[in-house]
Amino acid sequence: MISALKIEDLAIQRGERVLFRNFSLEIAAGEAVALIGANGAGKTSLLRAVAGFLRPIAGSLTFIGADGPLPADDARRAVCHMVGHQDGLKPGRRAREELIFQARWTGGDEPAALAAAARLGITRLLDLEVRVLSAGQRRRLALARIIASPRALWLLDEPLAPLDAASRALVGTLMTEHLDGGGMILAAVHDPLPIAVRTVEIVG
Amino acid sequence: MTVLMVLIRRELSLAWARGGGALLAVGFFVAAAVMLPLSLGPAPARLAAVSAGVTWVVLSLASLLSLDRMFERDFDDGALDLLALGPLPLEVVAAVKCLAQWTVSGAPLSIAAPVVAVALGARPEAAPMIFVAAALGGLAFAFLGGTGAALALASRRGGVLIAVIVLPLLTPPVIFGGAAISNFADRLPWITAVSLLAAYALACVALTPFAMAGACRNAQS
Repeated sequence: MISALKIEDLAIQRGERVLFRNFSLEIAAGEAVALIGANGAGKTSLLRAVAGFLRPIAGSLTFIGADGPLPADDARRAVCHMVGHQDGLKPGRRAREELIFQARWTGGDEPAALAAAARLGITRLLDLEVRVLSAGQRRRLALARIIASPRALWLLDEPLAPLDAASRALVGTLMTEHLDGGGMILAAVHDPLPIAVRTVEIVG
Repeated sequence: MTVLMVLIRRELSLAWARGGGALLAVGFFVAAAVMLPLSLGPAPARLAAVSAGVTWVVLSLASLLSLDRMFERDFDDGALDLLALGPLPLEVVAAVKCLAQWTVSGAPLSIAAPVVAVALGARPEAAPMIFVAAALGGLAFAFLGGTGAALALASRRGGVLIAVIVLPLLTPPVIFGGAAISNFADRLPWITAVSLLAAYALACVALTPFAMAGACRNAQS
């Protein structure tokens, strides 16, 4: 479990272009931050840098545990959930197999995965192949994984984009529960999130 | 069930579902080997003289099939990101992928290899040795193939690129494996060749996962 994520003076470059410099942000347990910014401002890149996929050209990312800073790579493996445009779900496999694998791989178990599926209203879809699911159904399957295996830091990239109104409200409830349990959310969004959040803009 | 077993089961099922599975590699191997008597003529002495070399060349080519999808699908659909955030290091994930690839390609080919070699004129007593050598060689092929597949990530149409990266690295197993079969045929010591083959295969198993994980991280960034 981590108690805070500290981003200091971060700068990220993609190709020859520096997306942003001197970006600082601190998220404490129980807090949600919505990242906004124009297309291409670097919201997704920031999320990927927090998850450890992109190496920043300057600045630091610190995961702070109960006893001070944690080794970043170990912390990421233990606390980060990332849900983005690419959900890693295999089109040819059944939703059930994929959900259970993803939940177990990130630290959950099968009963938790099935309970999460019920929570997101996708139980009756579990025997279908992922290829036949709609974008919104796939997103709900991906979100079921992060409910099934509790990890403190949710990195969400446009989490609501393919969802219908009822699902958006449900995701809001799930987010609130996650925050009440001491979790953290960093979400890149264009539409406002259904919960009260701190909004931070990325300016290039 | 441990998380490692969960990963192994998934990778096995994905490897067997990918591109026709074992039948494809074995079918290609047998079909390509059958071309040889058709092109050289059916003279048994001539075929027997080249059977060892041809068996290994065709084995190495058959092991290239379906390599391009080993990492590419996971990269394209985001599964590689999920795998990177799991409890096991990417090095372990890469090694499991290669072992899964070996069960689809190397293991079935090592059963087909003695049949093909003997059909081409190798001595039937050589069959067990050819099986062991092909299984070891297949292990090296799978791990080296995985390295090529990981290096070619993010390049569109990586299939040919993988072959060009991987084939030069496959020469030691081809040399040692071919030498083992031809030494056996000539009643010369063949243990050394099989030992060298085993050493090369184990070195590949031990070292290439680091290269694969590095290449995957590079592609993700």
